[in-house]
Amino acid sequence: MSLMHYLVLSGILFTIGAVTVLVRRNAILAFMGVELMLNSCNLALVAFSRVHGTLTGQVMAFYVMVVAAAEVVVGLAIIVSIYRARRTVSVDEPSLLRN
Amino acid sequence: MTESVVGSGGELVLFWIIGPLMVVAALALLFARKPVHAAVGLIFVMIGMAFLYTALEAPFLGVAQVVVYTGAIMILFVFVLMLVGVDAADSVAETIKGQRWIAVALGAGLVAVLAGVVLTANLPPAAGLEEANTMTNPVGVAYEIFGSTVFALELVGVLLITAALGAITLTHKERLSAIRDQKATVRLRQRAYARGEGSQVLTPAPAPGVYALHNAADVPALDPEGNPIDISVPRVLRIRGQELAPADVDGHVAQIASGTFVQPVAPPVTDVRESHENEGGER
Repeated sequence: MSLMHYLVLSGILFTIGAVTVLVRRNAILAFMGVELMLNSCNLALVAFSRVHGTLTGQVMAFYVMVVAAAEVVVGLAIIVSIYRARRTVSVDEPSLLRN
Repeated sequence: MTESVVGSGGELVLFWIIGPLMVVAALALLFARKPVHAAVGLIFVMIGMAFLYTALEAPFLGVAQVVVYTGAIMILFVFVLMLVGVDAADSVAETIKGQRWIAVALGAGLVAVLAGVVLTANLPPAAGLEEANTMTNPVGVAYEIFGSTVFALELVGVLLITAALGAITLTHKERLSAIRDQKATVRLRQRAYARGEGSQVLTPAPAPGVYALHNAADVPALDPEGNPIDISVPRVLRIRGQELAPADVDGHVAQIASGTFVQPVAPPVTDVRESHENEGGER
């Protein structure tokens, strides 16, 4: 089968993730959109690894996974601490620096 | 467009089953009202992704995907969702006017650009991974990770420790006041009662439910005159408006509330000793 299939699926998932980040106001949902984008990039990396016949792409995907885990931990900690201080998880509410 | 064909027909079937399902599940992120539904959709996408990795001759990443993403990251997401309140509905009001349509237009543009790039790309014929996977895929990946990228691996280790410490620091709550023990709690309660604030009674609030008739937590207890006692219902249920009026409860409780309850006449009591003797005689 053509590996193009995987790349197109990866592009579609990336776009859904990006639109989620732009549209949803809930910080947790926006964050899930970021995760979806990272995942779709991983899919593209693994597909390219197969195109080139080397494992480098898979290793890159592995590192992306690890860094995503670290990023999720810190991001969710920020969301929780904002929720504790302001009782909201909306990305619009914390606008103290506006004026 | 160059076809870079590799793999079997079964893989094509697998892709066409899982791929569209993944796209549908991913759309839950955009359209689900409740964050938990979106999380379930994302979990589905990630498991589907693990299938595709395995089909792409990367079984190690497939397993790591299940362990890391579905097992750790999504659990963390759901955990935080529970922590901040599952009912935290997404506000639909737009802060920037027309933002949603701009976002959708940008998304469509992104799809067009990515599809254009992918479809016009001049890829080499796919090599496949049979050669690279001769020592099994995990061993090959391990050679790559611990061989040529070992410094990056150590950097990632540092990053993980930093992230864990950062999360602990961010969520650590400084205790601003001393811990209130039982004695202090009772004192505060008595003072609030003396000022006329706080609870209506000094003792613990009466338990909900009318025992022997109805003991669910949303039914208020009845006082001797048959009037409901509001403080007997847990505060959460009262705030949510899930408290039941005694008249809404079927059976005797409603009758008591409306004053039509008639105490049933007890059957005549036979002498216990006598009946016991009779039983003994029969034996």
